[in-house]
Amino acid sequence: MTDTTTDQPPRLDDSGSRATRAGDSIFSGLASAAGLTILLALAGVALFLVIEGAPAFTASGESAYGKDNIVVYVWPLLYGTLLAAVLAMVIVTPLAVGLALVISHYAPRRVGTYLGYLIDLLAAVPSVVYGLWGRVVLAPALLPLYLWLSDNLGWIPFFDGGESGPTHGRTIFTAGIVLAVMALPIVTAICREVFIQTPRIHEEAALALGATKWEMIRMTVFPYARSGVISAVLLGLGRALGETMAVAMVLSGAGIITIDLIGTQNPSTIAANIALNFGNASGSKINTLIFSGLVLFVVSFAVNFVGRWIASRGEVKG
Amino acid sequence: MAKSIDVSDVNIYYGDFLAVEGVNMSIRARSVTAFIGPSGCGKSTFLRSLNRMHEVIPGARVEGKIVVDAQDLYAPGVDPVAVRRQIGMVFQRPNPFPTMSIYDNVLAGNRLNSKKMKKSEADDIVEKSLRGANLWTEVKDRLGKPGMGLSGGQQQRLCIARAIAVEPQVLLMDEPCSALDPISTSAIEDLIHELKSEYTIVIVTHNMQQAARVSDETGFFNLKATGEPGHLVEFNPTAKMFANPDNAATEAYISGRFG
Repeated sequence: MTDTTTDQPPRLDDSGSRATRAGDSIFSGLASAAGLTILLALAGVALFLVIEGAPAFTASGESAYGKDNIVVYVWPLLYGTLLAAVLAMVIVTPLAVGLALVISHYAPRRVGTYLGYLIDLLAAVPSVVYGLWGRVVLAPALLPLYLWLSDNLGWIPFFDGGESGPTHGRTIFTAGIVLAVMALPIVTAICREVFIQTPRIHEEAALALGATKWEMIRMTVFPYARSGVISAVLLGLGRALGETMAVAMVLSGAGIITIDLIGTQNPSTIAANIALNFGNASGSKINTLIFSGLVLFVVSFAVNFVGRWIASRGEVKG
Repeated sequence: MAKSIDVSDVNIYYGDFLAVEGVNMSIRARSVTAFIGPSGCGKSTFLRSLNRMHEVIPGARVEGKIVVDAQDLYAPGVDPVAVRRQIGMVFQRPNPFPTMSIYDNVLAGNRLNSKKMKKSEADDIVEKSLRGANLWTEVKDRLGKPGMGLSGGQQQRLCIARAIAVEPQVLLMDEPCSALDPISTSAIEDLIHELKSEYTIVIVTHNMQQAARVSDETGFFNLKATGEPGHLVEFNPTAKMFANPDNAATEAYISGRFG
């Protein structure tokens, strides 16, 4: 899995020979077409967002939902999007790393395999179901916790809870938890893969020096897997950024900027905002919503790109 | 600090499969003991049971007694981690930690054993261990560089330095030269000669000339038959083993008339 490009023998060049086989050219044509389709689809989406979103640059007043200009309108939504996604990652990272370690190193092999299937199954639950669960089960269940936090830790700005205190559980924090559960499968799966690939000879080197299991993991598994874990978290972040349905159902968004995680007034996210408003939008409001979509597209594209880049750059040789 | 090892009636299993059966031997302190034998006869498995590394494989276990310094390593209540801190090991393929510098690689074991070390103390251990492994002059100007940047033979000597940095009672070597070129092999063999004065060394090798060159005593392992467990055929001083072995199978193996 290291340098596959440099170790390969020179490729056999048969372009000189006349007789190209029909099967070869059909297959390479199909494969190229599939690759090209992806590029075209991506370019098409980007083009659509730019063309339809561009008029919103000058939007104000009515067409910017009563805001002075487009930045004032989009920025709180972007803030909410990032806040919910980062919250989700803060929750999911230790959970996913721990779970992946259990599967790869701690659990007996059979138990680990089944646990892995179970977590992969989380990815099969539709997001609207997560939304329902978050709204109907999780939010009411968390309200007592929010009340307690507001009463006892209210001096921390995150747990201020607003003037009247929390009155419902549909906060940005709840949304973050739901997003964390949704991102758990992909983050865990990637972490598990990189943990398993830790070279056996390095693990044995640590054990033979008298390392305990945990010390062995700290000395060999974590350094080896560091870039893999970072890229796993960034790919999970990419998923959390774009999630629409669950957030739209769970979050009671007010489109404001606050660092209070448990108040009644919460930031909204771009994706949820589009989903909730698009049905009633018309004329230039549509352009405004599409422009916010363009912002989200750029941000999640960048996050995914950075994730891939770290993954490819940080492969430890061994 | 070097200690002798007394092995009595050791059976080694992988799950239900009996890999090595009925080993009895007594390994002298401050000497080199070599294990030879065909592939798959259990000599590496036996070596790994001497520091309880065998049991890191799921399902693997050991029966019998292995006594070092009047303590049975397999007695209930003995912590395998503590055993491995007393009995160091060098592997077939050099395995320095890829993310650590040469300096940190040497100290890896010490950092596990004790929490805090003074800088000067750490420097002393690094120099002493690298000198002990005949590597100091080659790397003293680049201790901060990654251990993976060294040549294969240097990496293996770095692994030896890492193993002796914790001053173990016994040093186990599992085919330490099989991945190395002849010059590096010769450097390691010289090193084994020097280390003998302070450590009890047990080495597994496929190379019979190497066994003859470095060891004081030799154990010959073989399979009783295909599919049967491996066992210790003969254990004698190396000189006797290679000149006038007790067992016909040993002579056949040593003289190349095997199989």
